[in-house]
Amino acid sequence: MSWIASFYRTALGKKAVMAVTGAFLAGWVLAHMAGNLKIFMGPEHLNEYAKWLRTMGAPAMPHSALLWIVRILMVVAVWLHIQAATQLTLQSREARPLAYTRRDNVVASYASRTMRWGGVIILLFILYHLLHLTFGVHVAPAQFVENDPYHNVVAGFQVWWVAAVYIIANLALGLHLWHGLRALFDSLGLNHPNFNVARRWFAVAFALVITIGNISMPVAVLLGILR
Amino acid sequence: MNLTLHVWRQTSRDDAGRFVTYKAEGISPDASFLEMLDVVNEGLNDRGEQPIHFEHDCREGICGSCGMMINGVAHGPLGGTATCQLHMRQFKDGDEIRIEPWRARVFPVIKDLIVDRSPLDRIIQAGGYVSVNTGSAVEANTLPIPKQIQETAMDAAECIQCGACVAQCPNGAAQLFTAAKVAHLGLLPQGQPERYERVVNMVETMDELFGTCSLFRECEAVCPKSIPVDFIARMNRDYLVAKFKRG
Amino acid sequence: MELNSKIPPGPVAEKWSWAKSHYKLINPSNKRKYDVIVVGAGLAGAAEAASMAELGYNVKCFVYHDSPRRAHSIAAQGGINAAKNYQNDGDSIYRLFYDTIKGGDYRAREGNVYRLAELSVNIIDQAVAQGVPFAREYGGQLENRSFGGVQVSRTFYARGQTGQQLLLGAFQALERQIAAGRVTMYNRYEMLELVVVDGHAKGIVTRNLINGRIESHAADAVVLATGGYANVFYLSTNAKASNATAIWRAHRRGAFFANPCYTQIHPTCIPQTGDYQSKLTLMSESLRNDGRIWVPKTQGDTRPPASIPESERDYYLERKYPSFGNLAPRDIASRAAKEVCDEGRGIGPSGRGVYLDFADAIKRLGRKTIEERYGNLFEMYHDITAEDPYETPMRIYPAPHYTMGGLWVDYNLMSNVPGLYVTGEANFSDHGANRLGASALMQGLADGYFITPVTIGDYLSTQFGKKVPNDRPEFKQAEQDVAARVDRLLSAKGTRSVDSYHRELGHIMWDYCGMTRTAEGLTRARGMIRDLREMYWRDVKILGAGEEPNQALEKAGRVADFFELAELMCVDALHRNESCGGHFRAEYQTPDGEALRDDANYAYVGAWEWKGDGADPVLHKEPLVYEEVQLATRSYK
Ligand SMILES: Cc1cc2nc3c(=O)[nH]c(=O)nc-3n(C[C@H](O)[C@H](O)[C@H](O)COP(=O)(O)OP(=O)(O)OC[C@H]3O[C@@H](n4cnc5c(N)ncnc54)[C@H](O)[C@@H]3O)c2cc1C
Ligand code: HEM
Ligand code: HEM
Ligand code: SF4
Ligand code: F3S
Ligand code: FES
Repeated sequence: MSWIASFYRTALGKKAVMAVTGAFLAGWVLAHMAGNLKIFMGPEHLNEYAKWLRTMGAPAMPHSALLWIVRILMVVAVWLHIQAATQLTLQSREARPLAYTRRDNVVASYASRTMRWGGVIILLFILYHLLHLTFGVHVAPAQFVENDPYHNVVAGFQVWWVAAVYIIANLALGLHLWHGLRALFDSLGLNHPNFNVARRWFAVAFALVITIGNISMPVAVLLGILR
Repeated sequence: MNLTLHVWRQTSRDDAGRFVTYKAEGISPDASFLEMLDVVNEGLNDRGEQPIHFEHDCREGICGSCGMMINGVAHGPLGGTATCQLHMRQFKDGDEIRIEPWRARVFPVIKDLIVDRSPLDRIIQAGGYVSVNTGSAVEANTLPIPKQIQETAMDAAECIQCGACVAQCPNGAAQLFTAAKVAHLGLLPQGQPERYERVVNMVETMDELFGTCSLFRECEAVCPKSIPVDFIARMNRDYLVAKFKRG
Repeated sequence: MELNSKIPPGPVAEKWSWAKSHYKLINPSNKRKYDVIVVGAGLAGAAEAASMAELGYNVKCFVYHDSPRRAHSIAAQGGINAAKNYQNDGDSIYRLFYDTIKGGDYRAREGNVYRLAELSVNIIDQAVAQGVPFAREYGGQLENRSFGGVQVSRTFYARGQTGQQLLLGAFQALERQIAAGRVTMYNRYEMLELVVVDGHAKGIVTRNLINGRIESHAADAVVLATGGYANVFYLSTNAKASNATAIWRAHRRGAFFANPCYTQIHPTCIPQTGDYQSKLTLMSESLRNDGRIWVPKTQGDTRPPASIPESERDYYLERKYPSFGNLAPRDIASRAAKEVCDEGRGIGPSGRGVYLDFADAIKRLGRKTIEERYGNLFEMYHDITAEDPYETPMRIYPAPHYTMGGLWVDYNLMSNVPGLYVTGEANFSDHGANRLGASALMQGLADGYFITPVTIGDYLSTQFGKKVPNDRPEFKQAEQDVAARVDRLLSAKGTRSVDSYHRELGHIMWDYCGMTRTAEGLTRARGMIRDLREMYWRDVKILGAGEEPNQALEKAGRVADFFELAELMCVDALHRNESCGGHFRAEYQTPDGEALRDDANYAYVGAWEWKGDGADPVLHKEPLVYEEVQLATRSYK
């Protein structure tokens, strides 16, 4: 398997890893959002879904086995994604130790220029989010109720700044995906005049769906639509 | 027209370097940017100050010698042109112009605006050629090449090795330069036998010297030959394929 | 001294194969024991450095550029000729040979020119194999266009960048040999002396352009592929750094300089706009395929071109040379332009310009086709002049472009100094008194890929075991000479910049040794040049030191050599009492203003020997014998 090492050694290899893990994470976020949107169908639906998450795969697999598999993949993906991102960022920093006194961007989009910080924000958010809704540690004053995600979410979002954290994080995620999902194709060499336009729209659409979908929940709570 | 220049002056590789401000007076809007510098240099020489050193030769936008950061943009405000083809009509009377050399770890400043771009040659040496000895060529028309392929290869082959892509890239990446050569040779039938060998060797050499690509597309915007970043994706594909082929 | 051109025996078509089968060879395992110095990596230099390394020789290649790929060859736009006859329009090796001899106004060697035509086809094969993306037809076959002075389509091209694409082919071959360790590349090194030991060229002295260090390099043979000297005119189409120093230094060490007065003024360049101007930009001759050249019939007609009716336009080339029209050879087209401007019918602010009009072509072929053919040239013109050639005719005027003259070489491209080879534009070999378009790339590559790699073996085989170390007194002496020159230039500490002198020299050359020359003017010019040179050495102002990158100092040395060369050009032009090709003496013209050649007295190569500073050069004649073609008055009517 030494070829993997030599493959990963170059920036192109790292980018490919970022692309793949990025794609996986993007898919995960989409599924996650789809599930969470059940919140609009009422408590029982969401909680039902949360329970299903743990029983999915059964009876073929033991209780919450599949969930754990996904969790592990998720952790691995985030890890690789971040490691590659960090290494690439460092390599680029070293490539120009003495910065220009002035360098204007001609075309580089805002999204592309914020990938790195955007990523960091997302990471911090994930940590915060896990404490908040998975472990229920007292990051939000709202009381955490084991196995009642509906209550936890709504109670959480009723605190304006908690909602704000989610909204900001998802805006960051949206930007990240906007450029990321476009770059992904080039990193994997999937570039062809016949679908280059489609590529761009896909990235924009995907990013919008995720952002709007996720933001809709805290907003709905703040507006009292969900309570 | 009259202008104020802030020019990077650096006597040698080891010198720290600094910006010095000069006045450029009575410049014709029809003059090229380099001719404007010529005029300034004449003045400096008269005043007993060493002229500003900058690299140039053909002054037709083809040799790739010239190149400097002009107000923070490689080759200046007019896209798709080398510095020598930039004319003063692109500026307004009274403008302030900041002139700085290309900056990259492997492009050390030699003097003033002159930098050492030899690492680009090293990328070519790593495989940017077709291994055919003189005399062993077949009759030229025995391998017909679809016009479309030839045109695309030509688009890539137009690269003048000026290094502006590296200079402008926020990551200091030489992807566009490398990708252009990989595409030029990789597209043509003559380049097929070494296609995958070539891309791996060139990419690995590039990787030791330069930054990485985040698809900022700045390179394409300043490239005097407007070489499209699509070639970078093409290089990535060839590289992935090569790695899987060769293991 | 007898000049022996060493033309092989037999009919002209057999000479080269005779040479190949009779020249001495060196066994492969011995080749690496020979060191060859190649100065220059343009088409000629890069091609020969790569090819010789492929053969196994130990090559050291020197250029003053930061990379071999920057050589001035990169700028060639129009194309390269080859007798492939792909267009089935009756082309042949013989026809290319004949056209070149005729185009050169019967002042070139038959043997060399025939070989050139013969090799032209191999060059295209080689370039295509390297991946040079020549223009192609929809069927995937190579495309051709026609070029000045001929009636067949034999010119291969790659957009407006034929030179760059061909050079990249050679450059990449060279880089491959560098990577393989067979060529040692010396970038940013300028050759400032040739070192001759016991009458043989055994090395060079260089200056490192970064730290000013002066070094000696020894070898078994030296090849100069250092390009032409059109920059003696200051304003020319050549790259700014192109210069004659390498060949001039060799000339001073004994190499004869042949036909220095044969200079080519290119008819289609963008006219000068101001005196800040640093160079003149060529608009490829290929434009004359579709563009029509004209001026107003009446003097001082300042109306915009659009409002000058057809009836009041003078398409003077089509009028004077009906059968070649706008495709008349360069020397003729240039002179014709000068005439109409002298008559006061020139156009543009300076009155020194003529129109190159594409209106008809766009009507006939549509804008798209024109865009395909000349798109980037039109853009370049627009960038420079801010005028759009699709809308209004281009303004063009002749400019110094190419120098047919150069160091004298025999059939093997070896100068009269044994072991010193000269190739590409630097030698005088194949173009006689005028070069046809698209034939310099051909010559440079023929010299580099196919000729010197073969002929040099014949010489090297005589040099086995005759290596000299680079600490011989001859080297030390040459190093001291170089150092002394540098110090002298720096210590002048005068008042005027190098460029100001160069510009002044250029004016003298353009006025008296340019498109038309007179005995009286040339004599005056020679004096003016001497005075100016004398003043230069006293008064030139070069700041900075010799041990650092110093562009003014680099230029200064080159301009100093231009002064001496300029004088020789005048001497040569003055001695040649005839008009031929690029050399037009007003005293020698037909009633209707055509060049008047004098074959009885001047059908020879004029090779000049350096006799020391201040002393008059000595002329050696190599008679030109024509066995294949009849000497005839050139007519393009
Ligand atoms: C604008 C323009 C367009 C042209 N278009 C065409 C065309 O369409 N078709 C055609 O056939 N011809 C064309 N020509 C002519 C042709 O390009 C040149 O004649 C030819 O390229 C010369 O090549 P070369 O190898 O002899 O020299 P160059 O390409 O000039 O190379 C000279 C080399 O020598 C090196 N050198 C010189 N002196 C020294 C020194 N003292 N020390 C170290 N190194 C030195 C330089 O670094 C360089 O590498 C054109 C010329 C010009 C100016
Ligand atoms: C759910 C979370 C995430 C998703 C869906 C995601 C998705 C993506 C995608 C698709 C790309 C494009 C990869 C490519 O250019 O080929 C990308 C790039 C990137 N990601 Fe993420 N990412 C996520 C989290 C993170 C995190 C946590 C970080 C870092 C802390 C991060 C940092 C980056 C960086 C820096 C890039 C740009 C890499 C480059 O072009 O050099 N991302 N991301
Ligand atoms: C408003 C938007 C979101 C809501 C309402 C939400 C809700 C939830 C809830 C309720 C859980 C706990 C599920 C359970 O334990 O059964 C959860 C887990 C999780 N969420 Fe979110 N989430 C949102 C956005 C995000 C985003 C944008 C990310 C990633 C970038 C994310 C990453 C995670 C992770 C990693 C877990 C842990 C999953 C697991 O336990 O396997 N969430 N989320
Ligand atoms: S790709 Fe463009 S910018 Fe980069 S070196 Fe080539 S020509 Fe210059
Ligand atoms: S600007 Fe740099 S990031 Fe990539 S697209 Fe161009 S190399
Ligand atoms: S000077 Fe040659 S490209 Fe600008």
